[in-house]
Amino acid sequence: MLSIKEIGKSFGGLTALRAVSLDVKQGDIKALIGPNGAGKTTLLNIVSGIHKPDNGEVFFMGEKIVHLSPSKIARKGISRTFQHVELFGNMTVLENIMVGRYAKTKAGFFSSGFKLPSIMKEEEKILQKSGEILDYISLGHRKDELASNLPIGEQRVLEIGRALATEPRLILLDEPAAGLNIKETRDLGEIIRKIREELKITIVLVEHDMELVMRISDSITVLNFGEVIADGAPLEIQKNPEVIIAYLGEEEEIQKGYNAHP
Amino acid sequence: MKKGDASAFLLLIFLIAVLPIFSGSPYTLTVGIFSGINALVAIGLCILMGYAGQVSLGQAGFYGIGAYVSSVLSVHAGFPLVASMIAAMVVAAFAAAVLAVPALRLKGHYLAVATLGFGEIINIVLNEWGPGGPSGFGDIPPFNLLGYTIHSTTGYFYLIWGLVVVVMFFSVNLLHSRTGRALRAVHDSEIACNAMGLDVAALKIKVFILSAVYAALAGSLYAHYVTFISPSSFSLFYSILVLMMVIVGGITNVWGAIIGAVVITVLPELLRRFEELDVLVYGLILTVSLMFFRKGLVPILIEKIQKLRGFAVVKH
Repeated sequence: MLSIKEIGKSFGGLTALRAVSLDVKQGDIKALIGPNGAGKTTLLNIVSGIHKPDNGEVFFMGEKIVHLSPSKIARKGISRTFQHVELFGNMTVLENIMVGRYAKTKAGFFSSGFKLPSIMKEEEKILQKSGEILDYISLGHRKDELASNLPIGEQRVLEIGRALATEPRLILLDEPAAGLNIKETRDLGEIIRKIREELKITIVLVEHDMELVMRISDSITVLNFGEVIADGAPLEIQKNPEVIIAYLGEEEEIQKGYNAHP
Repeated sequence: MKKGDASAFLLLIFLIAVLPIFSGSPYTLTVGIFSGINALVAIGLCILMGYAGQVSLGQAGFYGIGAYVSSVLSVHAGFPLVASMIAAMVVAAFAAAVLAVPALRLKGHYLAVATLGFGEIINIVLNEWGPGGPSGFGDIPPFNLLGYTIHSTTGYFYLIWGLVVVVMFFSVNLLHSRTGRALRAVHDSEIACNAMGLDVAALKIKVFILSAVYAALAGSLYAHYVTFISPSSFSLFYSILVLMMVIVGGITNVWGAIIGAVVITVLPELLRRFEELDVLVYGLILTVSLMFFRKGLVPILIEKIQKLRGFAVVKH
């Protein structure tokens, strides 16, 4: 459903991505891993339209999307979360989800200001749907709190909920487990899996927590210095010597490191 | 509409209704009228700044456009009064759109300076090309609708505060709607708004236009009430004054705009007794209140009420 073709991107003299190609199958959980600075987030930013690549093309459901604005891409059905949480901090948890319903609703300035009957009905639906989403991600009990007051674990889940509210076909998760403890990470994994299984949403995940990645992903692409060095199922990736070198560096370290963290 | 808003509306309407009965002196009502006119401008700026997070130091420009366009059309072009007022709002909306498209790419201080420049340009244009130049012009017809002309101060008081209620009703509804949530979201994170499929640029332009239309409405009311206008009423000083109103009242709450407008309008009148020291005392009060009530009057008031309620719950 998502096909990235020969994407190249440099920032000034720094090459972030060099002819990166990869495919994401419908219904997959695809993990994007690699050392810091490998270009994972840059790639997500290109898919979601925040950055424009120097060359290459991105196809989503067969359609070229590279030239589109981030908000147009979102309306095509690609939603995302952020490495540094980008919630609407001065709004309540429920309101954050309600903003997610924006693109699926249409009340304008005038109809909202004069509270026309059609708007009331739509508003009720937004409220109902948002409540359902909150219950789905188990944050219903937090609905009236300010988003910025939640602990980081719940903030990350709320970001996913807000992405769900846009009814996406593809969600890009940028380090959803960063800053989470073991239990929170496990719960997060369950939510991600539930979203894929029950809502049939395809997921692309950038993540450093290898345990999470290995547990939930169907396929993994490894980036190193802006290039794809491996692509395959979790088990293949774990055994790929190039990947091990990229992560652990020297040869001698490999055996030790690999044995310690299989 | 939330409970707090509903009670605030009832209180506002009650106060508007009884003030002319209890204190019908033309002086009190005149101060009330100016408070209402200022409140209209302040509500727009509050939505723009406090909710959508966009700065403007050029509201006097839109206020001036409102006053001049409405006056010129009714005096020189013979437009019916309400038609010229509506035309004034349309012209202000157009000016806001033209300004917003390039200016809203800017943020923070840069946007402040750009809007300040706009306000000054309008002021210079009014000075140079406005009828009467720097000395302005008079004989502007008073407000009339369907053959009925308002002459009395009480009439103007009810007209203007009636419009404040309507504008406030529109604004509160808007802020609690899909659009209002989107505006507040733009304030918090534009990048996340994009990821939600919000058209951030369009939202910013629209809210800018809204604030300009409110200011233009106020400007035209001012012109038809005072029946004389000159460019000095629409200078940078007025933009700053409106900013003060919004901040003193509490920028994060749209009701603060009304409270702030009343306080900033009434305060200089109360300080008349200090004679030549009045400006000094005025400045002192504002400085001190900004130091100690930085959040603004309405948010502080709400906090106090919530605390009291908290205590009440504990007691029982």
